[in-house]
Amino acid sequence: MSDVAKKQKKSHFSWGKFKNKSEWLIYLFPFAIGVIIFTLYPIVNVFMISFKEGFDYISKDFTAWGLGNYLYVLKDPYFIQALKNTFSYVFIVIPVSTCLAVVIATLLNQKIKFSGLFQTAYFLPMVTSTIAIGFAWRFMFNYKSGIINYLLSLIGVNAIDWLQNATYNFTALCVYGIWAILPFTIILLLSGLQNIDPMYYTAAKVDGAGPLRIFFRVTIPLLAPTIFLVIMVNTISCFKVFNELFPLFQGPGIANNLFTVVYYIYYQFRVLIPSRYGYASAAAVMLFLIIFVFTMFQRFVEKKLKN
Amino acid sequence: MKKYLKNITLGKILVYVFLILGAIIMIFPFYWMITGAFKTSMEIIAFPPKWLPSSFKFDNFIIAFQKAPFAKYFMNSVIAMVGSVSICTFTTIVGAFAFSKLKFPGKHIIFGAMMGLMMIPFEMIVITNFRTIIDIKIYNTIWALIIPFTSSVFYMYILKGFFDSIPDSLYQAARVDGCSNWKYLWRVMVPIAKPSLVTIVLLNAIASWNSFLWPTLAIIDKDLKTLPFGLYAFVSEGGAKTELMMAASTIVVVPMIILFIFARKQIVNGVARGGLKG
Repeated sequence: MSDVAKKQKKSHFSWGKFKNKSEWLIYLFPFAIGVIIFTLYPIVNVFMISFKEGFDYISKDFTAWGLGNYLYVLKDPYFIQALKNTFSYVFIVIPVSTCLAVVIATLLNQKIKFSGLFQTAYFLPMVTSTIAIGFAWRFMFNYKSGIINYLLSLIGVNAIDWLQNATYNFTALCVYGIWAILPFTIILLLSGLQNIDPMYYTAAKVDGAGPLRIFFRVTIPLLAPTIFLVIMVNTISCFKVFNELFPLFQGPGIANNLFTVVYYIYYQFRVLIPSRYGYASAAAVMLFLIIFVFTMFQRFVEKKLKN
Repeated sequence: MKKYLKNITLGKILVYVFLILGAIIMIFPFYWMITGAFKTSMEIIAFPPKWLPSSFKFDNFIIAFQKAPFAKYFMNSVIAMVGSVSICTFTTIVGAFAFSKLKFPGKHIIFGAMMGLMMIPFEMIVITNFRTIIDIKIYNTIWALIIPFTSSVFYMYILKGFFDSIPDSLYQAARVDGCSNWKYLWRVMVPIAKPSLVTIVLLNAIASWNSFLWPTLAIIDKDLKTLPFGLYAFVSEGGAKTELMMAASTIVVVPMIILFIFARKQIVNGVARGGLKG
């Protein structure tokens, strides 16, 4: 930094005379160089590779341009399974976490004591490593000595093999996913709630509405834009479910039944040897398209809501 | 609604019961992890599970430190975090300043394109970045954890938003007085933007500390692993016992818990703002 600082001081001297015509370049350069090399170039590159058939990264050779990689990936049973799992994950985690978060955020928004303590408890999972706390969940989900099976046994449910049984491991993944996404969801909803004019509540109370009625008739409608935004942001992040697989199952689950889209990308270029960059890139472009559609939809609705 | 509930004690009790139950569920994995870290290998497989360890001895931590170089992982995490966060903060500041206050051709088009880049999932670009770090010969070095994260469109966007809210008249006045852009940026803008900067640094530091996918791609040397990656390798390769797994996980999580307790407001505000904008 000191080098840059010196340079700036020196160059400033002459720029003072030359009216700062290109000073912006110096400011933009350190930022732009990283973005170009590690964000812009990779995107262009991934798009290109996804259309190169039989691509070899070392020699950069490929047999032909075409849709071969896409056709392969779309027929690959693992990719189809990955799409199915990822969509199911989104359709389970998003509604459950959003509903829970709306209720919790509404209650946290009341005048309550120890709100600092409550916030710490509810938001803590957000800052902790998915891997480390995932191991804690693995311990809790343990078949023989797990606390979850113990609590279930108290209400007469037989022990469930959450992690090693292909029927149940998806449920375990969703439970962990919901728990992990709640803090972020609650924070966004809480800040949405704090932007609601208290006047509305006062008016509703004057009309004699009870708490439940206020919740459904005042809070929910006024919070709707934030709820929508949260659903969109969370949907995008749930489409990228990946890290959670490692602490819980050390990969895509027993019997390889828990492939997700991002895991499929990782599998194609990192698990398989030699790496299949073409297939990984085609899958990555499809992930991008899914996210792109959701982002565009979100922006479209937001614009409509504003007008 | 607030005042309404004050009159209904039953409602108020229900609110607290629900909130406390929820808080227990949210915090329970942490409790279970930390108490598990103190349990003996007999206690940990006990069924029904033991709610508390019989003693709080640090044996499991000592064994974990002996079995894997967690002190080294810790240092690597710190170096990667300090390196990438400090460089990224610098590039974010100058970049946001350029987009906020300086005039240059095509500024709005370039900025719009940057916004498009924010949509790109990181998981999509790792494929190429993995090859890039091999090509520029930083693969399997600590630089591989720093160089790719030296600039962030997302943080630049947040900071630019804050810079935009600082009135231009201040800038014009300083310029008329002969203050250089450089001086203005560091003497005026940065001090005003300090709360925003703290938030950006915190969010960036948390993300860096917890990152897992990238280190697993960029590093193979045992001595260069970061904490989450080292922890994962410790458990999956060694088939570590549960109590050691909990002790090692606790080592990874505790620094962030402490950070969160001290900087909760900044972190929460940052997430609320960044999330609403992103």
